[in-house]
Amino acid sequence: MIRSHPELRRSVQDPAWVRGGAIALVLLFLGLVLFMPLIAVFREALRKGADAYWAALRNPETLDAVRLTLLAALLAVIFNAVFGLMASWAIAKFRFPGRHILISLIDLPFAVSPVVSGLVYVLLFGAQGVLGPWLQAHGFRIIFAVPGIVLATVFVTFPFIARELIPLMEAQGTDEEESAVVLGANGWQTFWRVTLPNIKWGLLYGIILCNARAMGEFGAVSVVSGHIRGQTTTVPLQVEMLYNEYNFVAAFAVASMLAILALITLVLKSVVEWCAKRKGMVAG
Amino acid sequence: MNIEVRNIEKRYGSFTALGDVSHVFESGKLSALLGPSGSGKTTLLRIIAGLENADQGQVLFGCEDASHRHARYRGVGFVFQHYALFRHMTVFENIAFGLRVKARSQRPSRSEIRKKVERLLKLVQLDWLGGRMPSELPGGQRQRVALARALAVEPRLLLLDEPFGALDANVRSELRQWLRRLHDEIHVTSIFVTHDVEEALEVSDQVVVMNAGKIEQSGSPDEVYDHPASPFVYRFLGHANIFQVAGGSSLYVRPHDFDVFGEHFPGAIAAQVLGCRSVGAIGRIDLQPNNGGDPLQVETDKNSMRSMQVVEGKTLYIRPRASKQYTAAAEI
Ligand SMILES: Nc1ncnc2c1ncn2[C@@H]1O[C@H](COP(=O)(O)OP(=O)(O)OP(=O)(O)O)[C@@H](O)[C@H]1O
Ligand SMILES: [Mg+2]
Repeated sequence: MIRSHPELRRSVQDPAWVRGGAIALVLLFLGLVLFMPLIAVFREALRKGADAYWAALRNPETLDAVRLTLLAALLAVIFNAVFGLMASWAIAKFRFPGRHILISLIDLPFAVSPVVSGLVYVLLFGAQGVLGPWLQAHGFRIIFAVPGIVLATVFVTFPFIARELIPLMEAQGTDEEESAVVLGANGWQTFWRVTLPNIKWGLLYGIILCNARAMGEFGAVSVVSGHIRGQTTTVPLQVEMLYNEYNFVAAFAVASMLAILALITLVLKSVVEWCAKRKGMVAG
Repeated sequence: MNIEVRNIEKRYGSFTALGDVSHVFESGKLSALLGPSGSGKTTLLRIIAGLENADQGQVLFGCEDASHRHARYRGVGFVFQHYALFRHMTVFENIAFGLRVKARSQRPSRSEIRKKVERLLKLVQLDWLGGRMPSELPGGQRQRVALARALAVEPRLLLLDEPFGALDANVRSELRQWLRRLHDEIHVTSIFVTHDVEEALEVSDQVVVMNAGKIEQSGSPDEVYDHPASPFVYRFLGHANIFQVAGGSSLYVRPHDFDVFGEHFPGAIAAQVLGCRSVGAIGRIDLQPNNGGDPLQVETDKNSMRSMQVVEGKTLYIRPRASKQYTAAAEI
C-alpha cells in the first residue's frame, strides 16, 4: 500500500539520518558479535600455516569425532523428520483432547536448558539412575556411550521440524487430502502424492535447521558423553578438549569446520526460503 | 440412481447441526440445497460424501446402504468452494489424479488417461490449459478444473459445495448457466449447495430449503417460490411485506405483487412515500401505510414510477395482487 503512494511514503518515513544511523548501528553490532569472532576463528586456525591446519583436521581423534557427529546428526534428522511429520500431521489436521498439551510438549526442548535435558538422561539411564541397573544387567550402555549422545541430540533438536510444519499444515487445511480421498486415493497415496509435496520445502527447511543444531549441540551431549577420546566425543566436545589442553591451533581448526557448517547452513536456508517463497509453499 | 438420506442426525457437542433430515434426491436431477449460513448444508453434503459420519440415520445410494462405506469407495465427485486443487500439480495432473490412484487392475493405460483428460478439458472448455499450474488460473477456470477432476472418475453422484461462492458476480452467473448446460449434457445426479436464492432457482431442477438443521421445504423452483410452505421459506426467498389480519394470522405479500395507483382506487390502501430509487429497470418504493402498519417495500417498473411522479411525501394507493396467509402458529 505505502509503496504505491510516494507522498504518503515521504510523510510516514523517518528522516534519512535516522534510517542511516539505525542501519549503521545494526551493522556495527553484527560486525562485533558475529563477524569478528568468525574471522578470529579462521585466523587462529591458520596461525601456524595451512599444513598445521590440515594436520589438525586429519588427526584420527578428530576424524572419529566427525564420524560420531555425522552419525548423531543423521539419526536425529531421520527420527525427528518421521516423528515431527507425525506430530504435526496429528496436530494440524485433527482436533483431539490433549492437543494443546502436545503442542507445548513439542516446545519443551526449547524451554529447558540442554544441560538439564542431559542430566535427565543421566538420571534415567545412568548407573545410579532409574533404569540404569536393569540396563546394565542386560548389557546395554546408554550413558557415556553413543546411544546417550544420539538420544540427547534427538531431544534437543526435536522441535525444529515439527515447529516448521505445524503452521504450514494448518494453513493448508485438509481440503486437498479430502479431495484425494474422495477421488479414490488410499491413505498412503494421499500422503505421498498430496501432503508431502505440499510441505516439502518446509520439511527441508526444518531438516536443515535440525541438522545444524544437531551437529553443533554441546550442552546436553557434554553431560551424557563422558568425554572418552575417539569414542564419545563429538566435534564441539573435541574443540573444548583441545582448547583445554592449550592446543589452540587444533581447537580452532576443528572449530572452523563448525563455522563452515554454519555458513553452508545459512546458504542452504536462504536457497530453500527462496524456492519456497517462489512456489508459495511456506506459511508466513 | 436415487440418493436418499434417512433420519440423518448430526451433533457437535450439544449443538445439533442436523436434526432428523430425510430426503430423496432424484436420479439424474440437479438439486440445490438452499439455506442461510449455518443451516447445515455443508454438513449434509459431507455426510453424503462420507467425509463426515452421521450420529444417526442412513445414506442410501439406490437400494444400497452406503452409510458405513468409506468416502474412498462411494464413487462420488466433490467440488469444494475453494477449489482444493492439488497446488503442486498441473491442471492435467489434477484431472488425471483420480485415474492414476486406481488399483493397477482397474487403472487405464497412460494413453487412455491422456485421452480421457483431454476430453474432459474440452468438456470444461479449457483444452489449452493442461500444462498450467492452478495458481496461474483465475477462480472461474480453477473451479472448472475442479469439476473436470471430479468427473474424471465417472462418479455416480456429483456434490458441489458453494461452487461459485468465491467468484465475482459476472463469472458467477456465467458459470452457473454453464453448469446447467453441462448437466443437461451429462445427466449425472448432482447436489449443489448455495445460499444464493437466485442461483438455486435458476439452475436447479429441485430446490431443498434448509433452516437450522432441518429441511423446511423441497420441490421444483416454481413450486417453492410460488407456494412457500412456511413463513421462513417465504422470507428467505425474497422480501416479505407482512400485514396482520383478523384472527391472529398474517398476510405475506411480495414487493412486486402490488398494484400501485397515483389516485384513490377502490380496495387500495393509502400510504405515504418514504423514499424511492430505481434499480436497473425496477422502481423500488418505500411506503408508510396511513393506517399505521409497518413500512412496506413495493416494486413497479421504472416507467410507471416516473409517470406517477413519485417523490418523497407523496401519497400513493396500493393493492395486493397476490398474497399468502400464514397462521400465527406457523410463524414461530
Ligand atoms: N467440525 C465442527 N465442529 C463444531 N461445529 C461445527 C462443525 N462443523 C460445522 N459445525 C456447525 O454446524 C452448523 C452447520 O454447519 P454447516 O457448515 O453445515 O453450515 P452451512 O449451511 O454449510 O453454512 P455456510 O453457508 O456458512 O457454509 C454451523 O453452526 C457450524 O458452526
Ligand atoms: Mg457451507
